[in-house]
Amino acid sequence: MTAGHLATAHVVAGHVADKQSGEPFFFWFLAIVSVAAALGMIFMRKAVHSALLLATVMLSLAALYAIQDAPFLAFVQVIVYTGAVLMLFLFVLMLVGVSSTDSLVETLRGQRLWAAIGGIGFVVLLGVGFGNAALGDSAGMKAANTEHGGNIRGLAAMLFGKYVFAFEATSALLITAALGAMVLAHRERTSPKATQRTLSVERFRRAAQTGAHPGPLPGPGTYARHNAVDMPALLPDGTPSELSVNPVIAARTDTAHRHTDLDGQTERQALDRDVRAVRTATGTAEPETGAATEEDEK
Amino acid sequence: MSPGHYLALSAILFTIGGVGVLVRRNAIVVFMCVELMLNACNLAFVSFSRMHGNLDGQIIAFFVMVVAAAEVVVGLAIIMTIFRTRRSSSVDDANLLKY
Repeated sequence: MTAGHLATAHVVAGHVADKQSGEPFFFWFLAIVSVAAALGMIFMRKAVHSALLLATVMLSLAALYAIQDAPFLAFVQVIVYTGAVLMLFLFVLMLVGVSSTDSLVETLRGQRLWAAIGGIGFVVLLGVGFGNAALGDSAGMKAANTEHGGNIRGLAAMLFGKYVFAFEATSALLITAALGAMVLAHRERTSPKATQRTLSVERFRRAAQTGAHPGPLPGPGTYARHNAVDMPALLPDGTPSELSVNPVIAARTDTAHRHTDLDGQTERQALDRDVRAVRTATGTAEPETGAATEEDEK
Repeated sequence: MSPGHYLALSAILFTIGGVGVLVRRNAIVVFMCVELMLNACNLAFVSFSRMHGNLDGQIIAFFVMVVAAAEVVVGLAIIMTIFRTRRSSSVDDANLLKY
């Protein structure tokens, strides 16, 4: 874009200033959503909640790009940030452990207070700076976007013209980043990989020494009444087996109380009660004997 | 809407990100706050682009996104490596170089 063209664009746009209908509404809506989500992000104790709130902020920003006539950046924001970067964050969070929460202990005394004061001071500083700057009205993107026949064409013309060296440097950066990630994520194996045979021998040796069960752990769920993974299996004497539930789930919920619907009865008594309740509800007559043994079979 | 509104929003988001970097202890959350700061800068770039009526600001925002993506990959790999050796993703625990 030549300087002369720029100047005319300014003059023209100063009058037109492509205002979009409904822009104030969208701006204030998205501003409130994004600031609230960003504040929630730094106050949430669980990292997963922070990640999801960051996704909200990024989607709001994508919408803000879209209403500022930057459709390409809006889509790149959704695809690269919300799609790739945040999924990477969530992926690492799952590897590190979802249950990891921040400790609330302040290592430096008064750190939070001073961080808040510093933050407010910084906002005031920037606000005063913007307030004093002669910002004027937006020139609008209409002229720039139509120059090459669209926003994406205009960006492409600049990317492969004026900014081609920066673009090439970007490729070097991306290759370096990929190599760096591979080097950092690579782990050299110091001991040979355990084969199935050695694992099996080890399992039975431990069983012989400590009496630990060498086979697989019992599966969860009591399939006649429940089939969820957080339902502990019932042992033959009717007590729930904690071993049958994944330790992560067992730590989060009290699996021992999962079978409260039995009310201290056995599985069969609870089943009889259920059948009776269904019969009274549907108005079916209580059969004399045959059905009782049939229920016992279940 | 004048560009001032967008710049104010960008400044607020940037500051929230900065405060988050200062107060949070979890390395991944600190990293997310850095991403928030980069995003806030992008918003300012796009607003300036619209204010001046040319596409240069959008190109810079695009480059910021590329650099941010590369940075996230390397940063998360570093966090994973530290977590693997120290079993912690807290920034307070990675203090081996201090002594």
